[in-house]
Amino acid sequence: MSLLEVENLRTYYFMKKGPVKAVDGVDFQVKEGQAMGLAGESGCGKTTVALSIMKILPSRGKITDGKILLKDLDIARISEKEMRKIRWKRISLVFQGAMNALDPLYSLGDQIEEAILTHKTELKRKEATSRTEELLELVGMERKRIKSYPHELSGGMRQRGLIAMALACNPELLIADEPGTALDVIVQAQVLSIIEDLRKKLNLAAILITHDLSIIADTCDKVAIMYAGKIVEYADVSDLFEEPLHPYTQGLIYAFPNIKSARTRMNSIPGSPPDLLDPPKGCRFHPRCTYAKTICKEQEPAVTKMRGKEHLVACHLYENI
Amino acid sequence: MSENNVIDVLKLKKWFPVRRGFFQALFSKKESFVRAVDDVSFDIKAKEVFGLAGESGSGKTTTGRLVLKIIDPTSGKVFFKGEDITKLSRKQMKRKQLRRKMQTVFQEPYESLNPRKTVMDIIAEGLRIQKVVNSEKEVEERVIKTLDDVKLVPPNEFLSRYPHELSGGQRQRVAVARTFILNPEFVVADEPISMLDVSIRAEILNLFLDLVEKFNVSILYITHDLATARHMCHRIAIMYLGKIMEMGTAEDIVYEPLHPYTKALISAVPVPDPKSRRTRLTIKGEIPSPINPPSGCRFHTRCPIAEEICRKEEPELINIGKEHYVACHKVK
Repeated sequence: MSLLEVENLRTYYFMKKGPVKAVDGVDFQVKEGQAMGLAGESGCGKTTVALSIMKILPSRGKITDGKILLKDLDIARISEKEMRKIRWKRISLVFQGAMNALDPLYSLGDQIEEAILTHKTELKRKEATSRTEELLELVGMERKRIKSYPHELSGGMRQRGLIAMALACNPELLIADEPGTALDVIVQAQVLSIIEDLRKKLNLAAILITHDLSIIADTCDKVAIMYAGKIVEYADVSDLFEEPLHPYTQGLIYAFPNIKSARTRMNSIPGSPPDLLDPPKGCRFHPRCTYAKTICKEQEPAVTKMRGKEHLVACHLYENI
Repeated sequence: MSENNVIDVLKLKKWFPVRRGFFQALFSKKESFVRAVDDVSFDIKAKEVFGLAGESGSGKTTTGRLVLKIIDPTSGKVFFKGEDITKLSRKQMKRKQLRRKMQTVFQEPYESLNPRKTVMDIIAEGLRIQKVVNSEKEVEERVIKTLDDVKLVPPNEFLSRYPHELSGGQRQRVAVARTFILNPEFVVADEPISMLDVSIRAEILNLFLDLVEKFNVSILYITHDLATARHMCHRIAIMYLGKIMEMGTAEDIVYEPLHPYTKALISAVPVPDPKSRRTRLTIKGEIPSPINPPSGCRFHTRCPIAEEICRKEEPELINIGKEHYVACHKVK
């Protein structure tokens, strides 16, 4: 049974010039205890998906259509008051940019305690403090760090602190937005392996948002590739890397050098992502696609299921197979 | 040192003094230093791409700035084509046109371009300052030709644009253009792709490789990303806390790493293949402070195979065959 099911989600930002279709018809599922990677270039709507699930969109952003089912509850429809019972207790978020996500004027302990006390009003301060110490130990930090201010912590420790904060109320689903970016390779590997260990220990489902496909290959079970507000491919990690189907996915995989493979010329995806105020007609990827045909310019590709597997792709190349 | 080397670096050191409080300065004689670069030697051959890799705080960027003589070393020497440039005055640097011949590409294409200047002015600035051209007409010709070289085509469309009208990849191309318009012989590229999106990284790296061929330049490529370093570089040096731990051809470093730090760095690089999930990390913790670096081998505090000798004696960088050098007591 799926823990989270996102169906035909549309989130638009209403600007003076018109709606920016940041998320435009997105479907995916995350099962209990499963990790899904959400990948794509900057500006393709990954973070908006996360903000929509948490319902913390900026004021111009609105969920205009679709369902976000957490078990059987559609959180796209519920009121803010009800959402408060779900946020952090059932779904929590590790924010992007560990360096700036903490308040420099409060100690790490204060900030984690604040998160606990806001969501679990029945707890006393002392209980919150001891819970905070437990959490710090859980993410591999010393208890005494509870008194440290963000400037006294390195990037890796701040990221651990944010993870501890996200776990404060034992959520079922953890969304991590670019957890490894801006960290050094070794520290990044440490942070990712902490997330992986905790997932196993706490049977936590996770959505990992990143632009680095190799991180997803390393840590996730499922992967969704996003382009210009749409999911173009969704599959098991092993299937996707064995046989990437969508030309965009192929581009992303081959754009990045593999340290272990032979030295070849790298391929890039020409052009840049479209303006989401006025996305291209037909398949949104067609202006950058080497396989584009006339049909791609006119008609939006339907989602095709490949060979009985759970491998979905939205591309005209595969429609009649 | 050999005739063919573009850059020779000999026992280079840069210690930054740590500012102390009034009473500390009064009562304690001991001054402390940030040993950003501590006895580093290497050379870069003609048309070679030499990689300098390591974590943040390992002294990579400081080394790059020292080589360009943007800052002066505490001790040690830098030779450019056999000539010691560490003692040269600003005037001499100018007379020998060294500033033109040694150039750099910065990390951040979003902040390294002046937002109030057009692409034309940004790229032409170096030409005008170095007075390599005689007329404004020639300036424009050169700029157009260089835009063409970095594949910002058609060039005329870009000349009067401002940086905010360009995408990240285009900005970095402008940054590359303003470096290569001066026909440099040596370029320091300090993490030129770390701020770019995955899909454009390959473009910029390929552009670099093309320009190396076309302009006969040597490059010092500074990065924390070993995967791209391997694809770009002929040789790679791994730095840790201001020292070179291992140096060798890109193939040797990636396939036969000897130093435990290099091994850890390589095992930490995620591989885009779910079948070869990363082998567990071999080192813990983070890079120590360079103010009081650990005694003996600087890596011993995080090293999984450290012994008594590693805590006491500093290992030397020794040649273990061909161009492979390593500084570790445990490697024989």
